[in-house]
Amino acid sequence: MADKKGTDPKTYKFDTLSLHAGYQPHKNAGSRQVPIYQTTSYLFDDVDHAAALFNLERGGHIYSRISNPTVGVLEERVAALEGGTAALATSSGMSAIFLTVMTLCEAGDHLVVSSQLYGGTVNLFRLTLPKFGIKCTFVKPRDTEGFKKAIQKNTKGIFGELVGNPGNELMNMPEIAKIAHEAGIPLMVDATYQTPYLCKPFEHGADIVVHSLTKWMAGHGSSMAGILIEGGNFDWMQNDKFPTMTKPYEGYHGLSFAEEFGPTAFTMKARAEGMRDFGPCLSPQNAWNVLQGIETLSVRMKKHCSNAEEMVKYLLGHDSVAWVSHPSVPDHPDHDLAKKLLPNGRGSMIAFGIKGGKDAGVEFINNVKLASHLANVGDTRTLVIHPASGTHSQMDEATLKFAGLSHDMIRLSVGIEDINDIKNDFEVGFKASRKPRLVSNQ
Amino acid sequence: MKFKVNGQEVFASTGGRPFDKNKPLIIFVHGSGLTHMTWVLQTRYFAFHGYSVLALDMPGHGLSSGESLKSIEDMADWINNVIDAVGYKEASLVGHSQGCLVTVECTSRYPDKIKTLSLMGGAGAIPMNLELLTLAENNDPKAVDLMMDWAHGPAGHFGGHPVPGLYHINTGGMLAKSRTIKDTLGVDFRACDNYKNGFEAAKKIKIPTLSILATDDKMCPVKEGKKLADLIEGSQVDIIDNCGHMMLLEEADRVLKVLKNFITTNFPPKKI
Repeated sequence: MADKKGTDPKTYKFDTLSLHAGYQPHKNAGSRQVPIYQTTSYLFDDVDHAAALFNLERGGHIYSRISNPTVGVLEERVAALEGGTAALATSSGMSAIFLTVMTLCEAGDHLVVSSQLYGGTVNLFRLTLPKFGIKCTFVKPRDTEGFKKAIQKNTKGIFGELVGNPGNELMNMPEIAKIAHEAGIPLMVDATYQTPYLCKPFEHGADIVVHSLTKWMAGHGSSMAGILIEGGNFDWMQNDKFPTMTKPYEGYHGLSFAEEFGPTAFTMKARAEGMRDFGPCLSPQNAWNVLQGIETLSVRMKKHCSNAEEMVKYLLGHDSVAWVSHPSVPDHPDHDLAKKLLPNGRGSMIAFGIKGGKDAGVEFINNVKLASHLANVGDTRTLVIHPASGTHSQMDEATLKFAGLSHDMIRLSVGIEDINDIKNDFEVGFKASRKPRLVSNQ
Repeated sequence: MKFKVNGQEVFASTGGRPFDKNKPLIIFVHGSGLTHMTWVLQTRYFAFHGYSVLALDMPGHGLSSGESLKSIEDMADWINNVIDAVGYKEASLVGHSQGCLVTVECTSRYPDKIKTLSLMGGAGAIPMNLELLTLAENNDPKAVDLMMDWAHGPAGHFGGHPVPGLYHINTGGMLAKSRTIKDTLGVDFRACDNYKNGFEAAKKIKIPTLSILATDDKMCPVKEGKKLADLIEGSQVDIIDNCGHMMLLEEADRVLKVLKNFITTNFPPKKI
């Protein structure tokens, strides 16, 4: 070992990886920007080369449903930022979750799932996965012991959003990871709200992380994308719960993913089987758009978080606001846990209750002009929605209650506009919400 | 597959194909603290092209049981025992880094058994940086972080893995942390540091030998690799530009191409 310099590793840090990870210009005609490989397929050198790619003997690209060089840069970049071993990008966050579950589970399996999730995710676990023979037990995110009690013999994993949508309840990720690992199953975390700038779930025990890249990672409300990332630390061979990871797989000449690929086995299987058979591939153009967003991730997240904390103070002091939920609020039940898990900022999602209930909420949303009323979060622009009539409207009353939703709740995704402009806009909305109504909202 | 050597269970990847004793045997020997998985972009090709492949987990590493062997000489004898255990009379050896010390020593000790030798990022001696050695022996994960830093060239630090979606440095780091650092990396580093017989062993080697070196290899620089190669009669040297010590991942295709040409010429596969 010739190097006698100090002992601090010189591997690139977060902001540098955001700009450079996964890409070498000299292998791409010197192009400083990542090229958009707008192609469906890739030339084989000869028959032997084709066979080698199909047999997973060599790395490379065959068909853009399975992999694409532009998408590959995005995958590697996000894996680097998360501290993971490998990643697989998909056409949306929902397809990333679906692919994760279908890579892990078979008919007859069971999952333990946090009850506070994006409404579409709730419906996937509650209604759609049972059609594939995969059943789920929902547990409230703060009920750490409840996760343990819900584990059955056929449970293959625990899934949750670190900070639940839209109620901002936190899962105690380190403790729930311990519960999962004691049961010999992985913890899967949707960390869309955090991005790796705010939290790296692998450092707190998660095994698989998923993101809707559509949100803060891309950041500009322009492109749909999702990703699953593997931590590389989960031992698939520790028990007999994961035969599709450990036993010879007929679809690839008897390959055992766990034996052959170890810390990247899950991603390899998700790509080789999941992308081949389900095909929710990400377009290279959208991958490129997301890469542009990631280049400024830390800069944007700082502004998102500082604006959010300003908005929390503003809402807490406002006469028209009944309650505010954000992990930065000292009396938020998860305030201390959030300080530990989210040291760089508590995120830019705020839930608040408007005095006057649902009707006041409708007036507020119909009258703000700067804040956009739409079904997205994590845009550079400020967004508002009334979940009970929008994102979570397909839930019945009981499910809404179990998910911690109320009819007076407004979900706010704080953008990076000038903070005073956001406040001024909200004043207009609140003023409208206080106007006398002909019909009582009660 | 799993089999026993000296009463201990050993794991070796067979490259995704069933182990077939009728085919010529290639044994891959990993570097310090690592596992069979470092070879995945080389072994599968040979397994699908007329060879039987064993990418070993050394004792105490990866999925193999037992304790790590404490000297390069013991590891060399153990490789000989592996060949016997799987019922072969001869084999071709491929080593990376510490695996080069082991395969050079093994070839010099068992000249009739070893038919070709391929060395990647090899040198006649690998004296360890004292700080790195101490960190590893103290079970400090910083040893792995430093190893991954120094083992990848400047280009490798950016990534660009041939397998889409894999990030080199984190994958390598995870392999090195898969067992207790002091019991794998710590023992291996000490064994490398103690080993002094590399150059003498090299002088005894009379079989076809290939050295693949990389211009940005800080761990085993080109000049050290050449010094070793010069002592092996008729050895071939291939130097990869813009690549570090983890050449088998950083430039997997180039390594496979060179390795394929060398092995198929000097140790032909069984026709299938």
